Amino acid sequence: MARKLLLEHINVPGINTFDVYRSKGGYAAVEKALKTLTPDEVVEEVKKSGLRGRGGAGFPTGMKWSFLAKPEGVARYLVCNADESEPGTFKDRYLMTHIPHLLIEGMIVASFALGAKTSYIYVRGEMMPQIRILERAIAEAKAKGFLGKNILGTGYDLELYVQPGGGAYICGEETALLESLEGKRGNPRIKPPFPAIAGLYGCPTVVNNVESIAAVVPIINEGGDEYAKLGIGRSTGTKLISAGGNLRKPGVYEIDLGLPVEEFLYSDEYCGGIANGKRLKAVVAGGSSVPILPANLFLKTINNEPRLMSYESLADGGFVSGTMMGSGGFIAYDEDQCIVRNTWNFARFYHHESCGQCSPCREGTGWMEKVLHRLEYGHGKMSDMDLLVDVSKKIEGNTICPLGDAAAWPVASAIRHFRDEFEWHVTHPHEATTRNFGIAHYADPLPKLEEAAG
Amino acid sequence: MLSVQDPNTPVTFSPELISKFADVVSRYPEGKQKSALLPILHLVQAEYGWTSVPAMDKVAEYLAIQPIEVYEVASFYTMYFLKPQGKYVLEVCRTGPCEIVGATPIMQHIEKTLGVKEGEVTPDGLFSWRGVECLAACGFGPVLQIGPEYTFYENLTPESVDQLIGDLKGKANN
Repeated sequence: MARKLLLEHINVPGINTFDVYRSKGGYAAVEKALKTLTPDEVVEEVKKSGLRGRGGAGFPTGMKWSFLAKPEGVARYLVCNADESEPGTFKDRYLMTHIPHLLIEGMIVASFALGAKTSYIYVRGEMMPQIRILERAIAEAKAKGFLGKNILGTGYDLELYVQPGGGAYICGEETALLESLEGKRGNPRIKPPFPAIAGLYGCPTVVNNVESIAAVVPIINEGGDEYAKLGIGRSTGTKLISAGGNLRKPGVYEIDLGLPVEEFLYSDEYCGGIANGKRLKAVVAGGSSVPILPANLFLKTINNEPRLMSYESLADGGFVSGTMMGSGGFIAYDEDQCIVRNTWNFARFYHHESCGQCSPCREGTGWMEKVLHRLEYGHGKMSDMDLLVDVSKKIEGNTICPLGDAAAWPVASAIRHFRDEFEWHVTHPHEATTRNFGIAHYADPLPKLEEAAG
Repeated sequence: MLSVQDPNTPVTFSPELISKFADVVSRYPEGKQKSALLPILHLVQAEYGWTSVPAMDKVAEYLAIQPIEVYEVASFYTMYFLKPQGKYVLEVCRTGPCEIVGATPIMQHIEKTLGVKEGEVTPDGLFSWRGVECLAACGFGPVLQIGPEYTFYENLTPESVDQLIGDLKGKANN
């Protein structure tokens, strides 16, 4: 059984309280960092760990920190991105609900490393219960001297606040998040300047995902080199995977990066296979934005090598036959699911969530939604598939922020891998409204794999 | 929560509410009080059930910003209601992972049970409902949430929805 760094104590009764968390070794990283390390040494440990941003982009966290400008007399900010809204992803909610002090401990260490005196956790507004949990935990930590003035007598001051969002997926994009935190509409900013130079209130700012901040705690406790020993290649450490869809055991799992996807999907330690004894049709491996893959291509790469849960292996084959780790939002589709309907559903989501700033995204997401809607409801044309690919290509890369790409990829990949299912919706318009296309030939090698796993 | 307020009546915030506003404003640097806008709109909505124009004007006055700065924010973010809602708003997640485990049948069941379409209020003023996008609970779908506390209800079935609606009716009548 793999070692757990973040969720080791998640099932300890009362771990959401300061005292129990502390009794399990909590806040040791704060003591170690503030009393024995300099801010630069903390940054160095995180660099050595190879930790990559867990929010989706996978950018090395230590490197992001080292880009932070440090002009004299200007405040610096750390903002935690807890605007978890990528369909398929629910790991941050889980972490904040059950072990809030882990995030707070990480925030203190990271704020110290960056020289921030005020830090914010931007939580999506719908997570009011988690906001209340965090605020209670912050009050506890403050009462025990881990926040506020002169923390643990080291002379370091830090105030930590929770900021609710208002229900907008776009605020997960870091510059939109900063706009929102300034009390504005969540319209992403044009970069450069990057937040490391001009972020919150025009001051140097680092924005990190909940899980990235939490991972700083084991990195400081055990050292960056130890953390880097876990995982595989440039995918170091452990990763929280939110497993949902038609799985026997959906939930949040902490895995060592490099775990074979087949083991993750079928072993009883993790997802336990597909629910109701059905067969796997397709997988979205890293949240709705990443390319969807048919079961056979998901389990094995195009070179017939077993695919692993790592940034590199999931991306093997590029967008032709691979996908991305993204935020770790793992969605499994069984044989009864309709890819056209799912693609329409995602297109509607992106249309709904487009901030409207850039025309290609504002208009293009709406067109894709309309075309997919008519395909799903039996009014599609054979030319629609090329039209959708064309629209997606015109959105991709032509917008200020990555929401445009995120909207384009699922549509383009669904047509790339499931074109015959889309065509069947055109040739069988009435049948398509009453039954699903089924598993077809995508899952050819699958029954054997299932037997092998069973 | 107060009863639904007439959109044309000016609003006066209670001293308790104003002190909550002040607490929020204290979290930001001097002169950056506009950052308090989103949290304050949540407080207003929790008090009145929605964000009316007179209430938004008062918020603008409190934060010393233009009313348009409040309107543009309230209309951008999906959580703020720009018209009166039922006392309980059932918000059902309808995005991908919830959809494949049955979000649509749940919404159809709610529509049938309450007898009102999406966005409409039941005649007794108790309920309204709508489909919302991903609520980040994809492993426990279908899910719905009810403000202003945003309590979560997971792994919904028609029976559990009936139970929930019954419980809320009972709570409202006591």
